[in-house]
Amino acid sequence: MGRFSALSELRNYPSAIVGLGIIAFLVSLAVYTVIAIPYDDALDKWRGGEQWRLYPVNASPVWADRLWGGRAPETQVISSRDADIERESFEGGERLSIPLRVDYQAGDFPSEMTVFFDADGHEREPFARLVWRTPDGREMPLGGSRIASQDRRSISQDRALEQRLGLVPHIGLLATPDSEAGAARVQTGEYTLMLDVIVFQEDADFQAELVLFGRVHGLAGTDHQRRDLMVALMWGTPVALAFGLLAAVGTTITTLVIAATGVWFGGWVDATIQRLTEVNMILPLLPILVMVGTLYSTSIWLMLGVVVALGIFSAGIKMYRAMLLPLRQAPYIEAAQAYGAGNTRIILRYMIPRILPVLIPTFVTLIPTFVFLEASLAVLGLGDPVLPTWGKVLNDAQSESALYSQYYYWVLSPAFLLMLTGLGFAMLGFALDRIFNPRLRTL
Amino acid sequence: MSVAGGMQRDIRRLGLFTGKRLLALFLTILVGVYLTILIANMGGRVDDLRMVQIQGQVSEMVRADPSFQDMPSEERNALIQRQVDLEVERLRLDQPFILRSFDYLYRAMLLDLGRAEQMHSDSGSRQVYDIIVERLPATLLLFGTANLLVFFFSVYIALSLSRRYGSAMDRSVIALAPSSAAPAWFYGIFLILLFAFVMPILPSGGMVQAPPPENPLLYALDVLRHMLLPVLAMFLSQIFISIYSWRTFFLIHSSEDYVEMARAKGLPDKLIERRYILRPTLSPIVTSFLLMLIGLWSGAIILEQVFSWPGLGTLLFQAIGHRDTPVIIGSVVIFAYLLALTVFLLDILYAILDPRIRIGGD
Repeated sequence: MGRFSALSELRNYPSAIVGLGIIAFLVSLAVYTVIAIPYDDALDKWRGGEQWRLYPVNASPVWADRLWGGRAPETQVISSRDADIERESFEGGERLSIPLRVDYQAGDFPSEMTVFFDADGHEREPFARLVWRTPDGREMPLGGSRIASQDRRSISQDRALEQRLGLVPHIGLLATPDSEAGAARVQTGEYTLMLDVIVFQEDADFQAELVLFGRVHGLAGTDHQRRDLMVALMWGTPVALAFGLLAAVGTTITTLVIAATGVWFGGWVDATIQRLTEVNMILPLLPILVMVGTLYSTSIWLMLGVVVALGIFSAGIKMYRAMLLPLRQAPYIEAAQAYGAGNTRIILRYMIPRILPVLIPTFVTLIPTFVFLEASLAVLGLGDPVLPTWGKVLNDAQSESALYSQYYYWVLSPAFLLMLTGLGFAMLGFALDRIFNPRLRTL
Repeated sequence: MSVAGGMQRDIRRLGLFTGKRLLALFLTILVGVYLTILIANMGGRVDDLRMVQIQGQVSEMVRADPSFQDMPSEERNALIQRQVDLEVERLRLDQPFILRSFDYLYRAMLLDLGRAEQMHSDSGSRQVYDIIVERLPATLLLFGTANLLVFFFSVYIALSLSRRYGSAMDRSVIALAPSSAAPAWFYGIFLILLFAFVMPILPSGGMVQAPPPENPLLYALDVLRHMLLPVLAMFLSQIFISIYSWRTFFLIHSSEDYVEMARAKGLPDKLIERRYILRPTLSPIVTSFLLMLIGLWSGAIILEQVFSWPGLGTLLFQAIGHRDTPVIIGSVVIFAYLLALTVFLLDILYAILDPRIRIGGD
């Protein structure tokens, strides 16, 4: 009867509106994520590796830097495909001059400099000599070497160059001439990396990419494995919502059915259920989850199963029992018995639906508990081995001492999403509580 | 005469009640620990680990013994096999699990938790029991302090709020209640960020500085300084929801007829609160406090790990890192005991507070 009017009453509670808004946002983010980054794609991306080679290590989000008035660089990739290559043939080979021009305007030095080569199909390895030209016309030779088919030269790790410049290469190469260690300033303008390449086979391809790794990246930044955190932050949403919802549904429904069964049959059935509840009360949930995670597998579905299994005989049974007991002698149940309804029918169709509305608030406030439980497990290092989740981001951040290294974004962004989820459901749940529990409403 | 008789009767009933509850709880722990053993051993994982351990130990022993050095390798392998069989028989690994599980149960109930595989206590013992007992005081100190603080603050504030419900203060506490959806470790991360890194005024973790101060007073002060952030984290995550639920609870009670009656008589507010609201609600208050404790035991693990607090939680975390099965199982057993102890305390307090149990009117 009053169920729909109760729902429309939600409009009178501003916190419920805010909570609903947050939940709607999270659900749409989850749906968008699942469509935009399919499951297999997400797992593949989160596995890391070569696909992230053009991303910086531990870059903070762009907006965080700009908000504080910073002009930290984003990653710049200069490919030889866009360069004007001069070719000069000679007997048995060809000489290429590839100028890779960088327009550098950022307020800070890049975090790393690397040249990636793509020289497939050469029988004899090509030879490349690198020269760095600054905007004010200085030229610095960076040495030469043979290039294997998929080679890379990390300029940042060139120790000889570092000795020569007196500064770390990716700082020294872009600093003003009078710069000293510790107080280097960026010289803006157009730099050129001249590649002098000798190839011994004219038909084979030769490409190079100069990458100036930035200090900021995208909306979410990157982690220690160069992975874009956006993948985990986005995919964490459907995982968290699904886990929270399934665990809450699983535990509430099973507990309710068992409580109703106990109340209906009474006698030894009820007594057994009561004793089992007491046993369950002393079984520590998290340590058991830890044990299961360590001994078997940390798959999120197994964890879900254990949570539901341990939640079946939870302390909630006592509460439901108290609510269901008076129903047992209710006239409408007698009527159902009179027309010949079976036990199952009475329990499922007559007893449980009667107390469901009272349970809705509890159910809504249970969801964030399980979302945080999943995050807790991940923080302990028992997160799902393949799925990207918020808790795993927090765990990575913690094991890499993100706070100590001042990578605050790494902790704050997953924490913010967790908090948002918690607040959204809790706010809605509290408002529902006041609507569905009439005793509270007059207060 | 009759007063003394009443006392005696009360004590006798209390004793009877305690005995009954102890027996029930003992059975409960028995079942709980047995379930733990079943979970821990499912699929024979633990037995496999022990077999590997025995095999390793025996073959190392035989190889290290100079008197077996000249033996041909076949003969030596046969010797190793014989030794392994002996050891398996001694540990009764050849018997079906169902028989041994009762053996494990017996030892676990006596808190004989076996030897750790990798870890050892600070004093060097390899016994799981020693390792765990060494960490227990740290956990009890931290969680005892935080819970008592939350409990007394929330009941006190809730009482004063229930007197003035609808005020700005009251409404802001209600608005803040959803913040308790996040567990304590979550607030801990923010507190560490704020007070240990952005404003470095408090330590980010640990229990005492290294090296610990010699003077006991300074030592205590230093522990207090380290406790501040974790206790604050727990306090923040619990306080608003506790105030909220107590406030609702008191409000419901203060609209009871007998309270209205007392008010109509013109009794002072303080007296009404103490005698008409607090006294009859005392047993549910204690119940919910202890139930909260039960819930918090589990949360301890992560909070301790976040603050590197050397308690049971951190121990469990380290045991995960080492894959040290005996320590993990031992911790679960200890946690079960702690929970059971909490439940037992709850029962006793209940019996003392609730006169119906004392006079046996059930």
